[in-house]
Amino acid sequence: MAVTVQDLSRTGPTPIRGEQDDHELSSIFKAYTVSATFWLIFGTAVGLLLAFKFGAPDFWAGKYLTFGRLRPIHTNDVFYGWASIALVGTAYYVTVRSCGTKLYSTALAWAGLWLFNIAAIAGTIALDLGYNWGDLEYREWPWPIRLVFLAALIVTVWNILATIARRESQDIYLSNWYIVGGLLWTCIICLVAVLPWYQYGLGQVTISGYFMHNAVGMWFTPLALGLFYYAIPKVLNRPIYSYALGVLAFWTNLVFYPMLGAHHFLFSPLPWWLQTTAIICSVGMLVPVLGGGANYLLTMRGRYHGRIESYPLAFLFVGVLCYVFGSMQGTVEALRSLQAIWHFTSFTVGHSHFTMYGFVTFAAWGGIYALLPLATGKRPGQLGMAVHFWLATTGVAIYVISLSIGGTIQGLDWVHGKPFIQSVVDMEPYYLWRGVGGILMFLSHLVFVWNVWRMTAGKPGDAPSPIMQSEEAGA
Amino acid sequence: MKKEMWAIFGGSLLLYVVIVLLIAVGPAIDLARTPPGPGVKPLTPLEEEGRQVFASDGCDYCHTLQVRPLPEDKVFGRPSAPGDFAYATPEMLGSERTGPDLTDVGNRRGEVWQYMHLYDPRAVSPGSIMPNFKFMFHEVKAVPAGVAAVPLPPAFAPKNGDKVIPTQRAEALVAFLMSLKQPAIPGYAMNGGMGGQAVASAPAAAPAASAAGGYAYDAAKGKTGFDTTCAACHQANGEGVPTAFPPLKGNAAVGDDDPTTQLDTILHGRQGTVIGGVKYSGVMPPFAGQLNDEDIANIANYERSSWGNHAKPVTPAEVAKLRAAGK
Repeated sequence: MAVTVQDLSRTGPTPIRGEQDDHELSSIFKAYTVSATFWLIFGTAVGLLLAFKFGAPDFWAGKYLTFGRLRPIHTNDVFYGWASIALVGTAYYVTVRSCGTKLYSTALAWAGLWLFNIAAIAGTIALDLGYNWGDLEYREWPWPIRLVFLAALIVTVWNILATIARRESQDIYLSNWYIVGGLLWTCIICLVAVLPWYQYGLGQVTISGYFMHNAVGMWFTPLALGLFYYAIPKVLNRPIYSYALGVLAFWTNLVFYPMLGAHHFLFSPLPWWLQTTAIICSVGMLVPVLGGGANYLLTMRGRYHGRIESYPLAFLFVGVLCYVFGSMQGTVEALRSLQAIWHFTSFTVGHSHFTMYGFVTFAAWGGIYALLPLATGKRPGQLGMAVHFWLATTGVAIYVISLSIGGTIQGLDWVHGKPFIQSVVDMEPYYLWRGVGGILMFLSHLVFVWNVWRMTAGKPGDAPSPIMQSEEAGA
Repeated sequence: MKKEMWAIFGGSLLLYVVIVLLIAVGPAIDLARTPPGPGVKPLTPLEEEGRQVFASDGCDYCHTLQVRPLPEDKVFGRPSAPGDFAYATPEMLGSERTGPDLTDVGNRRGEVWQYMHLYDPRAVSPGSIMPNFKFMFHEVKAVPAGVAAVPLPPAFAPKNGDKVIPTQRAEALVAFLMSLKQPAIPGYAMNGGMGGQAVASAPAAAPAASAAGGYAYDAAKGKTGFDTTCAACHQANGEGVPTAFPPLKGNAAVGDDDPTTQLDTILHGRQGTVIGGVKYSGVMPPFAGQLNDEDIANIANYERSSWGNHAKPVTPAEVAKLRAAGK
């Protein structure tokens, strides 16, 4: 098995196929990236406006720009517009390349892209008009629109499975386990989320707990991890540290992750056993998180050198660190004693940005910077990537740290029985710092647009090949 | 080759489906049948319309609708019980408290306060960062017959002298907010954070055992109690809001050495108050069910000794007497 992996994760002297000869794959990868980038800009512009409203609540308080309508637009568009489309784009490239074959159907890939976009556009309009499906976190879109998203997933998984079926190698590379797993599981998630028979009262609460964490942990996590398993060895030009550890992480993730959703409803009237199961599984998540994280970091061993040799690797590195620490933070938050303080505070918002931004979004960027130049033959500028990296990293650090401190103060204010308004007043400076972080993050996205332009339609930049020299060649 | 595909993808899909049935769908089918608790009623059509407004304008993103069996949640009501949610579809338990929980807000705020607060939260709650919902109101020259204008302090009223009246959207939303009242469950209280199971303990409203003797006014508790429960309408400076909520500063009932009117008002609520020829439109809800005798005595004494008021202190025993008399 190890031999296969090496073949797949290296650019050997004779690659299985040339990197740039697959124009159809290249244009699909480009289109998904460009489309995702649009949603990144739109979704985070809305996010920035929301952050501003914490300090100026009467600013743009009209019907269609009121906080409560824009908030789900922000979360849904960065989820289903940006992160989903970006990761499906990279998944196509990873699957086709790691299977050493051609994409099963270009038409299906285009159809999927249309469906993802139709869902995101229709969802955005519906929410702004006030058609919100009960403020149920991450499933606010009216159900017919979520069925369009499901259709996009079905089209994608069909295409990817058919591509894997025509592979030339004997084994299925680990990345594809995560990609196909994520797609299949998310079809189930979307179905469970819309079926009407049990969506009443506490039954619906159960599904909300299940949905809001499975949509994150069984969709974005496996797609990002699958991307790590391909992009990290590719950039480093060396095999993954341990294939077996990756397999272990895959199965333990599958057992523990689906069951931890009820930890969003600790101390609620949901049955106590359900809450306790969720806490136990949140602790169990340490196995795949530490196993997977160690695997990526050990793959990178010895290549830090105290300086950044490769920005694609730097993005992937931050993504891995945020995966490990963000997930461990999630485990700690799920413990009852700490949840009693942090639940309902801005600490949770900090956590979701730590993971969805620090982990998932950095993984997508790392994957795009590592792989898109291989597909298009065009590289971004080194300075462009550097500015993007440092703005985004500084921004998200300020964002997460300020909300973590502020959220803790908020929770302690409540524990100490202060009048509620005190917790609002005490948050003021932290909301401000969150906005500062948000501005840096948004600026980095504008730089990312420029970099995407240079990797696709524009004039290529001066960045070195995303594939680093292997040690053998270097030494 | 095909075999490996089936093993990995089929196996992981099957395992996932089994887990989902056990952890989500199964419990959901069971819990969807939870019967309503005592006193839990379906919403009226107008309240139901208000719930839709609550959802479509995203109120739930900052306000939870669940009370946890934790000490810090006591201020929002008793712990939520499974039967409370029998008619709560879509569920809006919520995940964030940028603003306070609203589970029992119908028992704590009146309609007039809700309208003023929706039109401009800062009119009644300085320091609030809730957006205004002026788009749910009309500004008119003349108030139509049968409609009550929202009594706004001059600083928050339209500058051109127009009157503010609610739209149907605001009326529905306020109807929903007023419907948010926790039915009492005797004996259902804190249980060390253990999921809110019923335990035998005295209801919060029962007279404190120590009421008869040994009471000493706790000024800190009095201030916290006032700020938490009363300041929303009467304001932290005790000056109230003109024509909406009466001032307590210099208020005859508060300054009277006979505390009957003051305590009776706190215990059983009041409406249609006229002071010095000014009619106040706010309706004060009764707090007998939310505050015990000692809480009320502390709050009353805080009011009696603040903002230049100097009146004889009250004791929990006096509160207990009026509580019993009012039943």
